Amino acid sequence: MSTIESIDHSLTDNELEYIEKSLNRKPNNVELSMIDAQWSEHCSYKSSKSLLKLLPTKGKRVLFGPGYEAGVLDVDNGQVLTMHIESHNHPSAIDPYGGAATGVGGVLRDILSIGTRPIAVLDSLRFGNLSNPNNRWLLQNVVRGIADYGNCVGIPTIGGELSFDSCFDTNCLVDVVSIGVGKKKQLIFSEAKNVGDILVLLGNSTGRDGIHGSSFASKDLEDIPTDRSAVQIPDPFIKKLIIEGTMDAIDAGLVSGLKDLGGGGLACCLSEVSDMGKTGVEVDLGKIHLRESGMEPYEILISESQERMLFIINPDNLDTISKCFDKYNLQYSIIGKVTGTKHVVIINNGDMIVDLPTELIANAPLINWPKTKPKHLDSKSVSKPELPVDINETLLKVLSSPNLADKSWVFQQYDHEVGTNTIVKPGESGASVIRIAPEKFIAISVDGNPSHCYLDPYNGAAGVVAEAMRNVISVGAEPIAMLDHLQFGNPSNSDVFWTFNETIKSISDFCSYIGIPCVGGKVSFYNEDAKTHKAIKPSPVISVAGLIKGEHNLRTRKLHSSRPLIVMVGETFDELGGSEYYSSTGHGQDGIVPQLNFELEKRAQKLVRDCIKVGLFGAVNDCSKGGLIHSLLQMCTISDMGASIDLSNIPSNCKRWDELLFSESHSRFITTIKKENFTNLLNISRNHDIPVSIIGSIGGHNLQVYNKDDNLFSYDLDYIRSYAYDSLSKFMGGQL
Amino acid sequence: MNVAIIQFPGTNCDMDTYRVFNDYLEIDVTLFWHENTDNLEKYDAIILPGGFSYGDRLRAGIIAAYSPVIKQLKKISLKGKPIIGICNGFQILVESGLLPGALLTNSNLKFICKWVNLKVEHNNLFTNSLQSGSVIHMPIAHNEGRYYVSDDKLQELERNNQIILRYSDSDGNTSMDNNPNGSISNIAAVSNANGNVLGMMPHPERASDPLLSPYSTNNGIEIFRSMILSLEVMLKE
Repeated sequence: MSTIESIDHSLTDNELEYIEKSLNRKPNNVELSMIDAQWSEHCSYKSSKSLLKLLPTKGKRVLFGPGYEAGVLDVDNGQVLTMHIESHNHPSAIDPYGGAATGVGGVLRDILSIGTRPIAVLDSLRFGNLSNPNNRWLLQNVVRGIADYGNCVGIPTIGGELSFDSCFDTNCLVDVVSIGVGKKKQLIFSEAKNVGDILVLLGNSTGRDGIHGSSFASKDLEDIPTDRSAVQIPDPFIKKLIIEGTMDAIDAGLVSGLKDLGGGGLACCLSEVSDMGKTGVEVDLGKIHLRESGMEPYEILISESQERMLFIINPDNLDTISKCFDKYNLQYSIIGKVTGTKHVVIINNGDMIVDLPTELIANAPLINWPKTKPKHLDSKSVSKPELPVDINETLLKVLSSPNLADKSWVFQQYDHEVGTNTIVKPGESGASVIRIAPEKFIAISVDGNPSHCYLDPYNGAAGVVAEAMRNVISVGAEPIAMLDHLQFGNPSNSDVFWTFNETIKSISDFCSYIGIPCVGGKVSFYNEDAKTHKAIKPSPVISVAGLIKGEHNLRTRKLHSSRPLIVMVGETFDELGGSEYYSSTGHGQDGIVPQLNFELEKRAQKLVRDCIKVGLFGAVNDCSKGGLIHSLLQMCTISDMGASIDLSNIPSNCKRWDELLFSESHSRFITTIKKENFTNLLNISRNHDIPVSIIGSIGGHNLQVYNKDDNLFSYDLDYIRSYAYDSLSKFMGGQL
Repeated sequence: MNVAIIQFPGTNCDMDTYRVFNDYLEIDVTLFWHENTDNLEKYDAIILPGGFSYGDRLRAGIIAAYSPVIKQLKKISLKGKPIIGICNGFQILVESGLLPGALLTNSNLKFICKWVNLKVEHNNLFTNSLQSGSVIHMPIAHNEGRYYVSDDKLQELERNNQIILRYSDSDGNTSMDNNPNGSISNIAAVSNANGNVLGMMPHPERASDPLLSPYSTNNGIEIFRSMILSLEVMLKE
């Protein structure tokens, strides 16, 4: 064995000392590699674990929450919904196609590992400004990677979000949410619980791709060319076969434990299954099917080659299970067994080369980083810009921001129809809806708002949860659970860690108040520029799932002549800090961001849910990013129908038209009703103590805005489309 | 009557197609794994559903075109039994020579998933319950859907009424503006000369439930229904 000094690892001196003390000896290089992979931030959550405990995880539908491969929710009649979120930020920055594709592949395996079939994918993507060609290259290839993977594997990509900010110039964010469905009685866990069971490694051969992948994701991006081997190679065709083979094996009911091989490869997989099962495992490296010769033992153990699953089964069931794999010509090897030693033991050529206590590998010592409040939060300028002289120019400038633009350039590259259950499709609402049984639907949203979070981490993060909830409420759903993905800079930067702490506190406060459980999540640190060490803006991304029973409760943004009156629910405040209006008119990064009044938000959500239930509301749309005008434009363009509104009817104390049009205040919805139902709505709104007001009506093909007697502007929808709303497609040089 | 749906490794629209026959049309339907050595001739109609057979390796549809099941399919097609290839199924039929032409990469070089208008060009065994000249809605979802044939062959297809569906606008105009993928002459679906083999890029199985359609229509199911009605007549004879 070579000395410790000669191997590439990211363990600190303190950690090395702790390992030596626990083992009462020096670990060898292979052992060190395994611990390094498992103790990487990516796998161990060593900087975040103690704070994540603050999040509420219990709820009436929650069967299993954080700590499992996916969150599991009871959706009645013996059916479960599973959901998980992952990111592939570092790999995507280097190899956008492979990085994004394997990001999809990874999250699908998590859904599969718990014994459920993945049924949909959503993506939340963030890049630097599109004027930079490198960012266009990243976007183009990330989207192509997601498309090629999801389309081939036959799982619809049903929605997501996309935004741009120069803080992502060197660190793009590629987050993938997946949901699955299955039977409650068929759930499987990632545990090696029965001594004597055998370990069967299914799928792709193990190669040198993705070596040090999770360690690489746990540091800053630097020295790009040599890190390229840390990106894994996607194979959606094999994944499709693995999904079918695995589902057949699960249906046969003979799987004792199941885990995917993701970050940290076999090393993490083995320590996690034995830790969860409170057993030990013994694996013979010579039994593993390899892609190339001459691989070092440590390379085999930490390789992150894609499309691999570890089955833990009773040896008597091998014949039946191997038939499930043989049908699809899938490769597999019997690589070892479950033992009662509580140690992870690795054999190579007859020698025991690893003998580590499971408890040690699986439990990295936690770190509590120092926190300091970032200075920019104390020096808030509240100077307002002058009211723009040219309203037309201002309007087109804001609406042509790629953040607000029509996203069909992206989602038309995704097969969002396969599975024949995508009821509310991308673009039709802020959430997508997928049918999971006759008359039973799941709504799912994914949202983020780094601009708000940068200026006000507390209101920003809670606001993201609120927006994600409003989006599922807008399609007629009852929110049942959420996932959080927290993306930050380097945790050793005390400003970053303070903000991280504030973000978790805020999410946890709001979720506890409004009663939505967190069933899973992910933390991604080290998203900062390698040279300047400038961190990305704090980027919590939240996905909310909701349940809809009954087709009559489904809603979209689409306007319909049967409900011609446009109603604004909730009050508009002078809250333009971090708004699209400020950023696209060059006002800079300051001002008061929308404040989340928890109680107001709860009442507004309840009002909208009640009004959908009794059939009062027709089209429903959340009103946030880009303000009222953007929400209204989304409704008009998807319906190809115009609208006319009067700003003076908006419930608000604001006097300026820019505040009324562009403020991104929370707890607001735009909806449509029948004339004769307004009195009824007023009564309901009094009970909920939420202001509602008729602000206009639908019809024609123009978007018209009045402020009392002033005609502020009137545009044909086709004109807005071609001069503003199609900006993303134009940037990408793409005909569709 | 029993309809077989052929499954290749990588097929992913098999269950969607199965649902339409089994749940909506209530027709006996069998999922037929491509390595199954049973006699395919016992089925009255064969569907090759969409997906990514063999992961589109080498070229979309080409590896599946060499599967043993295709040999059986060629025999069956000579007997006049209806065969439909949808999306990747169409690509397989073209690669195996059961249909003329080729399917090239979309003209925008991207995968395209969207609902399109289709003009019904001719009534045949697959479109009898639709009106010739009418416009129907279905989604497309493909990367290689640009249909191509030589000019001579195109004229032959026209003469023989083998062009079944064309991409159009909502009024049935078939200009290039309404051609999503650059297909020659806006062709979305063609049949063989005998009229019993149909290849189509749009997905009728995804347009068989009004709840899934932005237009609240279900014209896609009429393709299958037409085939069943024609089969009922054929089986009586």
